[in-house]
Amino acid sequence: MDSAPTTTHANTQLAARVSAATASVRSARAEHLVHRALGYAAMAGIVVIIGLPVLWLLTGAVKTNREIFSPVVQWLPANPTLDNFGRAWQAAPFDRYYINSIITTLAGGLAEVIMAITTAYALVYVRFPKRDWVFALLLVALMVPEEVVIVPNYLTVANWGLVNTYAGIVLPGASIAFGTFLLRQYFRTIPVDLTDAARVDGAGHVRAMLSIVVPIAAPAVATTAMLSFVAKWNEYLWPLIVTTTQEFRTLPIGLRWLLDQEGNTEWGVVMAATLFVVAPVIVVFLYAQRFLVSGIAAGAVKG
Amino acid sequence: MKSPPNNQNLIGRIRRDWREWLTFVLLAGPNLGLFVIFTYAPMLNNVLLSFQEYDLIRSTGTWVGLTNFQTVFNSSQTGRILLNTLVFTVASVGGVLLLGLFGGLLLNQPLRGRNAARSILFSPFIISGAAIAIVWIYIFDPRFGLLYTILKWLGLTSPNWLGDPNWALLAVIIVYIWRNLGYATVIYIAGLQAIPADLYEAARVDGAGLWARMRHVTLPGLAPVVFFLIVTSILSSFQAFDLINVMTRGGPANATNTLIYHLYEMAFINLSVGRAAVIALALFGLMFIVTLLQLRYLERRVTYA
Repeated sequence: MDSAPTTTHANTQLAARVSAATASVRSARAEHLVHRALGYAAMAGIVVIIGLPVLWLLTGAVKTNREIFSPVVQWLPANPTLDNFGRAWQAAPFDRYYINSIITTLAGGLAEVIMAITTAYALVYVRFPKRDWVFALLLVALMVPEEVVIVPNYLTVANWGLVNTYAGIVLPGASIAFGTFLLRQYFRTIPVDLTDAARVDGAGHVRAMLSIVVPIAAPAVATTAMLSFVAKWNEYLWPLIVTTTQEFRTLPIGLRWLLDQEGNTEWGVVMAATLFVVAPVIVVFLYAQRFLVSGIAAGAVKG
Repeated sequence: MKSPPNNQNLIGRIRRDWREWLTFVLLAGPNLGLFVIFTYAPMLNNVLLSFQEYDLIRSTGTWVGLTNFQTVFNSSQTGRILLNTLVFTVASVGGVLLLGLFGGLLLNQPLRGRNAARSILFSPFIISGAAIAIVWIYIFDPRFGLLYTILKWLGLTSPNWLGDPNWALLAVIIVYIWRNLGYATVIYIAGLQAIPADLYEAARVDGAGLWARMRHVTLPGLAPVVFFLIVTSILSSFQAFDLINVMTRGGPANATNTLIYHLYEMAFINLSVGRAAVIALALFGLMFIVTLLQLRYLERRVTYA
């Protein structure tokens, strides 16, 4: 008789506690769900803010003038047209711009990659008195941005008669401090025994570099190469200064001149031309993004 | 009688040393040679040019003492340009760092699709600045641009972004932040992932809530990355030329004229080489200070880490 109420009491207490526990689990779960929902909403928001201009570019390139100048916004063109691409190609010598961009990007990018590898190799593996001074000189170069020396460099290139030539576009930017620095850091993590063994076997420096160091450092070399090539493709200030005729303009420069010619009136054509410049980089990025992103992030965190 | 073998050893060693040195010169020489011609020599040349009145057509200079410095520092334009540069740098670096932190914290959460979101965020960073500028001119178009549409939808009228001196600098800053946000996000994520998980665990055991963990674990853990981002962002904002050149050419009425644009304008539009050299020196001085801060910091990290 005595026990009944106590049991009941204990039971209610237990029940209360259980229900409180479930409630707290439920509320924690609810809180968790709210957090997740907020997270997804914020993520969607960010993607829209970054993505909308890209969508505006893509749709603009396939809109007709009527859709572009329509008072009611056309998010997706009703009748996508490819005319703009043909007209953009006609409006400026884009074939020539492509050739110029490809030549200067390949030449400038390759020069950077090769010199980054050879210089970093020399700094790590080749004996030389005052090697540290050479390294210090590179650090100094790292501190002088290209923009600061454009005026004297223009005078040099003009004196050599290299205005409006590929050499004029490529040479001043062909040397590389940052990539050399990155590769040097990476090479230093490779065990010296590996290269020593090869050298004892009679391999020269060049062979040790190409058959041992570069393959081991392949990820770092690839990141450096990607950064170099993308930077060369997008380079703006120097090619703008050192080209005065259409024949040697690269894509970004040609695009700017097209804007002067067609901007405000022919947005479809201008957007199509913009895609000429952007598309190759986007394609490369889709293939190599993880690589590129992780390379850049590693440089920052370890730096 | 023992000297011949010794001599041969010595000769052999010298020969080996020479081969080694020659290899070094061949491997590192081209890179350094280009730096001598296109970086070190022009730095000196810049100093010399700043004391000259240079004739581009005859390519000869005459010494004019401090005239160029006086002209640049007494020009009423200079104050405006320095102010623009300051506003542009502070606003764009601040915007990139704060919004990037938000992006980094968000995309470090276990959300489905976050990798795709990271890539989308990062993509503007690798696109040509000229192309970005052109797309945004179309977006800013006050008659049928994207922003006009959105603002109208919100019941607001669109300013004449790039044509109005009160709005143009803000417009360029918006584009700059849009372009660099993803870079900061990626760096922040790398920094967040470098914070040891035990620290969070320990904080949780101590009963630290979300905000306390943020204040006492996340933000201190991110300090090195924040410092790196501040330095690199300041340096790259000083170099932001392509956006300004394509979108506004420093206008309207100098509203978006920054040091880097002014340098270009002075040298290649006004053809005033000496004064351009003065501006280049000023730009270099500012960037040098920022870089020194970075080096000092790196040194400290190396010493105490």
